[in-house]
Amino acid sequence: MIMIAYYAITAFLVVLLGWSFVREKARRGDLVLYLLVMVPLVLRLLRWK
Amino acid sequence: MNKDARLKSALAAAFVAFILWGGLPLFRHRHYSMPIVKGPGVTAVLRLSEYSPGLKGTVADTNIYVLQGREPGGKALLIGDTHSNEPEGMLSAVIVIENGIVEKGTLYVIPVFNNSGSRNTRPGDGYPLYFDVATDWGRRRFRFGNRDASPLDQWPDPDVYIHYPERQLLSYIDIRNTNRTWPGRANGPLMEKVTFGAMELMRREKIDVAIDVHGAETMFPVTNCIVAPESSVKIATLASLNVKAREGFENHVEPSPAGFRGLSHREIGDHGPSLPFLLEAPIPFLDQPTGPKTTKLLLDGKDPFLLSLSKKKKLFVPYDESGWPLEKRVGQNLSVTLEIFRQFSKKTADRSIVITGVPRYADLVKGGVGHFLADPSQAPAGGVVMN
Repeated sequence: MIMIAYYAITAFLVVLLGWSFVREKARRGDLVLYLLVMVPLVLRLLRWK
Repeated sequence: MNKDARLKSALAAAFVAFILWGGLPLFRHRHYSMPIVKGPGVTAVLRLSEYSPGLKGTVADTNIYVLQGREPGGKALLIGDTHSNEPEGMLSAVIVIENGIVEKGTLYVIPVFNNSGSRNTRPGDGYPLYFDVATDWGRRRFRFGNRDASPLDQWPDPDVYIHYPERQLLSYIDIRNTNRTWPGRANGPLMEKVTFGAMELMRREKIDVAIDVHGAETMFPVTNCIVAPESSVKIATLASLNVKAREGFENHVEPSPAGFRGLSHREIGDHGPSLPFLLEAPIPFLDQPTGPKTTKLLLDGKDPFLLSLSKKKKLFVPYDESGWPLEKRVGQNLSVTLEIFRQFSKKTADRSIVITGVPRYADLVKGGVGHFLADPSQAPAGGVVMN
């Protein structure tokens, strides 16, 4: 149950970061930072690491 | 497409490429299966989930090889890969499976005890994902894992691991360490289900002797030894004295501390019928002050930093230019295992365990580990089990 909740939180954060990435217009540096933060979250969702 | 969209597309493509570059090797490692050839002594292959149903269908389920003797006698359990970054345990078990013939009694062998851990890695330490052992017929590849189960299989970790049933507070990460989760429980976290399965096996099959084979750092005091609780210490001492006198290598006895819970050498004896032993062979790869963690260091155990520390008397084992190679580590484990069986059989004649075909220390040092590994491609149909 706790594991499912943590996966749900991870998915929520990925959506949040992805949405921020799409919406960001001015700060290019932030685009890279959004993607970097997403790396471990996406790997977790894909169950790669 | 405007400039902003082009930039975002390029960044997203780089992101996907980065994920694939980093993730695919880990994915392949996690799904890589190691073949083990059923040797002439193997009479059955069971699954640990038969003793712990909660493991069924999970990555933590693993194979148990049964070597039933020609004559009745005692029963023993041999466990490798409790810590999957200590491959001398798993290789000792594989050599027994592929070469051993039980004359008296029954031997149960679990070569990959922490199956999840063997599919995990430690990228921060630059661990290799595989290692190859040179054999008489080519190279044989094995997964190189981590000390703890993969967080993909048991997650999240608690802030503190409260051991069951003693309620001792242990490090959070030890909830994924199958040498802290003994004796386990049927409905606990996944790694407790693994140790519970082994405890059930010992209780139901009335195992007399249980040997958990490990490796330990040269800078760690509990290395090159047999760890034994009060019930096993007599046999361990006799085994230690005999391998020194007859085979010429040191392997002292360390008492199992009664106040440190969750370890196999403590809980197996306290919660089941078996006499527990934990074998530690020195593995320089695990020491912190070494050069890069390469497969070469894993196999030959040669490191200039450890050599320098040895000259300053900072190690707990003798160490020179010859390092501490794999064949020496596996050879020690096998000789001590056979000696424990011999001493137990002398003490308990009606429950004796007699095994032939398993090489000893001198055979391993002379012929190398690979000499005793079978070629899976030459095995008869149904003679290979994937692990």
